[in-house]
Amino acid sequence: MTELPSRDVDLVLIGAGPAGLAAAISAKKNGVQNVVIVERNGWLGGILPQCIHDGFGLELFKEQLTGPEYAQRYIDELKELDIPCMLNSMVLEVTPDKKVFVASPEGLVCFNAKALILAMGCRERTRGQICIPGTRPAGVYTAGVAQNLINLKNVMVGKDVVILGSGDIGLIMARRLTLEGAKVHAVVEILPHTNGLPRNIQQCLIDYDIPLLLSYTVTEIHGQNRVEAVTISPVDADLKPINGKEQRITCDTLLLSIGLIPENDLSKNFGVKLSPVTGGAVVDETLETSVSGVFACGNALHVHDVVDFVTLEAEKAGKSAAEYILGKTRKVERIPVEAGDGIRYVLPCSIRRGADLELSIRVTCPGEDVAIGFFDGETLVKTKKFRKVHPAQMIKIKLKGSETSAINSLKVEVLGK
Amino acid sequence: MNGKSDVLVIGAGVIGCAIARELSKFKIKTSLLEKETDVGSGVSKGNSGVLHTGLYYPKGSLKAKLCVEGRLMFPELAKQLDVPYKFCGKHVIARTEEELEDLEDLKAVGEGNGVKELIIISGEELKKREPNLDALYALHSPVAGIFPPYLFTIALAENALNNGVKVHVNSKVSAIKQVNGGYKVTTNQGDFYADLVVNSAGLYADKISVMVGLDNYKLYPCRGEYLILDKTCGDLINSMVYPVPPKIAGVLGVHLTPTLDGNILIGPTEEFINEREDTKTTKEKIRQLIEGAKRLLPSVPLNQVIYGFSAVRSKITPPEEKGSRDFIIREDLENFINMIGMESPGLTSSPAIAKLIVQMIKKKNDLEEKTDFNPIRKRTAPFSEASRTEQASLIKADPAYGEIVCRCEHVSKREVLDALNNPISEKTISAVKYRTRAGMGRCHGGFCLPKIVEILKEEYRVPSEEIKLKSLDSSLFIGKTKDLRENEKSD
Repeated sequence: MTELPSRDVDLVLIGAGPAGLAAAISAKKNGVQNVVIVERNGWLGGILPQCIHDGFGLELFKEQLTGPEYAQRYIDELKELDIPCMLNSMVLEVTPDKKVFVASPEGLVCFNAKALILAMGCRERTRGQICIPGTRPAGVYTAGVAQNLINLKNVMVGKDVVILGSGDIGLIMARRLTLEGAKVHAVVEILPHTNGLPRNIQQCLIDYDIPLLLSYTVTEIHGQNRVEAVTISPVDADLKPINGKEQRITCDTLLLSIGLIPENDLSKNFGVKLSPVTGGAVVDETLETSVSGVFACGNALHVHDVVDFVTLEAEKAGKSAAEYILGKTRKVERIPVEAGDGIRYVLPCSIRRGADLELSIRVTCPGEDVAIGFFDGETLVKTKKFRKVHPAQMIKIKLKGSETSAINSLKVEVLGK
Repeated sequence: MNGKSDVLVIGAGVIGCAIARELSKFKIKTSLLEKETDVGSGVSKGNSGVLHTGLYYPKGSLKAKLCVEGRLMFPELAKQLDVPYKFCGKHVIARTEEELEDLEDLKAVGEGNGVKELIIISGEELKKREPNLDALYALHSPVAGIFPPYLFTIALAENALNNGVKVHVNSKVSAIKQVNGGYKVTTNQGDFYADLVVNSAGLYADKISVMVGLDNYKLYPCRGEYLILDKTCGDLINSMVYPVPPKIAGVLGVHLTPTLDGNILIGPTEEFINEREDTKTTKEKIRQLIEGAKRLLPSVPLNQVIYGFSAVRSKITPPEEKGSRDFIIREDLENFINMIGMESPGLTSSPAIAKLIVQMIKKKNDLEEKTDFNPIRKRTAPFSEASRTEQASLIKADPAYGEIVCRCEHVSKREVLDALNNPISEKTISAVKYRTRAGMGRCHGGFCLPKIVEILKEEYRVPSEEIKLKSLDSSLFIGKTKDLRENEKSD
């Protein structure tokens, strides 16, 4: 029997994507010495190296960076700070007392961590999860997998493409495939509005004359060996396909951009409480989860639309973890934060009275001239107006300590017109 | 020229593989032909993976006899072949007093077939064993089991191969001719000659039979669809859960089968179809599966569905008969053994069918047992099934065990490499999937597919356009990036 080597560390970060990198850097800068990042892929930066388009860093650097460029800034800083990262290393299991079992070609090791940051990112929803009927041929890819294959593996997934779902990766891939010489016949979205950022609709679809079909879905996949066609159909108000309105589109590829799911298989198994709405952990304003000393950030916490916000959130998680490790935190009573009418979710889920904080909010449907209200019970304590709101665009609202110092609960709601 | 065999088995489903493996115990030349890129490509991989007890088949039928025998033979065989299994038992549940009569009928049939330990329990007793189920009564059979049918089929084929059987995939039979008291079997890979032919072609057994002039069989393809639930649902049931069988088409009804890996299978449906290859899933049947699952397990979390699939049964019973005729296993022509209508319980029966076929051959020929037959076959030790300390030892001995290729199922690079190097199939994504489970999890290949593609490209130098999902025509890629743009320029 091989004895399992174990190592005491201050902080383990799971995932070396943008969240893990920024959180590690932040933790180290805030005084944590013994930090280790565990990454299951063979590279740093997570999904960023395959995102060869630009648009990253507008918020943080006021520059249009590509994904690899954005990642490189943090990779460089990680190296300067001498933070170790284990690559090709899979966390197999985490226990409630923060033992982290990691497998890598170098061996199996158990870290005894004082604190943990969950930065595993997200995965893509698949065909099986939405039960698209039909055959199971080659040529059905999730958009992110197609992006990986094309941009990192240098293989071309197909030449006549239909894309289901108007998530940002799908839109980016519509343009990418077009630039590679493929014909994108349509982007099909079941909702009456798009799921991607408006700038991506413009730059990836409209600029390339790619049709966007709203309130449509794919109802069947055809082709025994390779995709030969898909059937699409308009949907009614309940999102059910309308019989008799089906159309067949000949194609060799179906790309799916139908949603992202925070990766929390590990978290679930050691008792981290998850939100059924976001799929990520339930966190307070320090980004601490229901398990003491375990923090979450980035797409593992909730799916973000731009990486800059991932970075900012991760920096916060790194700082909070540092305070926890250095014994600077104390137990405080918190008040709950709730999503009311018109709001899909609000993070954090609970806050300390009097803390300066920033809320991340997503609305349920698009709207113009919308007012969002903040209630303490029945009392409206603050209102904020927006020219436009969209589910694809996360709303960030800062609350000053003075605004929360006397309240007993906080509910966020879209106010009636 | 493929040389001459003593026995040639057409079709490498679970039954064909079991026969080939049984024949490999003897000093004869055996060949196994398969039209697909791998063994077990048809209904042998698309079923519930159940070791049936024999509740449903009329006394004295081949189905009853071979099912009971096959189940009894299975544990020893599974041990030899390193195939995991578990006797998790099954409950057939009754929701009304009338259905209690059905349970009593099933119990009587089962007991008539020699099935032991069958009991009817109350709804309260069921609740103790299965807290998530509600019923008035249940028929419990502790001797029903579960196992991964594809691993079993692959193991049989590999063990047969190791004992001298020639296994030919991608070999589709197009004609059979009687020559010199034997047969010439023509395929896309050339002609094969054999003294004796076993028709184990499953869904195509009637067509193979026609090739020797026997056109008296007609198979009715009957599709069954399934849904798979995530491993997070594994704790919902401890045993297989069946409804009282619907009185149509001799099927068992949509049931819930826990798998060894912690998933739950919902299915199968039944639907007679025209095209045998038509393994699609349909909106209507998906709805039926969901309804069926809810009836058995009201709390079934349908947002945990990770995939759907279907396979096609080969029924000899016409749809209008609403029943299920027995297996047909007979030497219809001198040295030509037909197996027709090999539907459920074909998987459970397969070891017993193999014995039966060998007995039939023995009656005509002297079969001399080999002294060096090796019944043992080991699969590559799965990383995910090892304890933490065993995992540490595995990696220490072989660092490829430390590189996890499939995040959902914790499949290591060692297992993937061994699957790609398997002695039988083409190097397809599917061959890896059914040997290792890579790609069967909740992300459905999102993580492992690019990694397996990289392994194929880097370590096996497979050109992009030749990387296949499963069949030879299922190319994953149309080539390299820039190819389309280059073509455009040259046009």
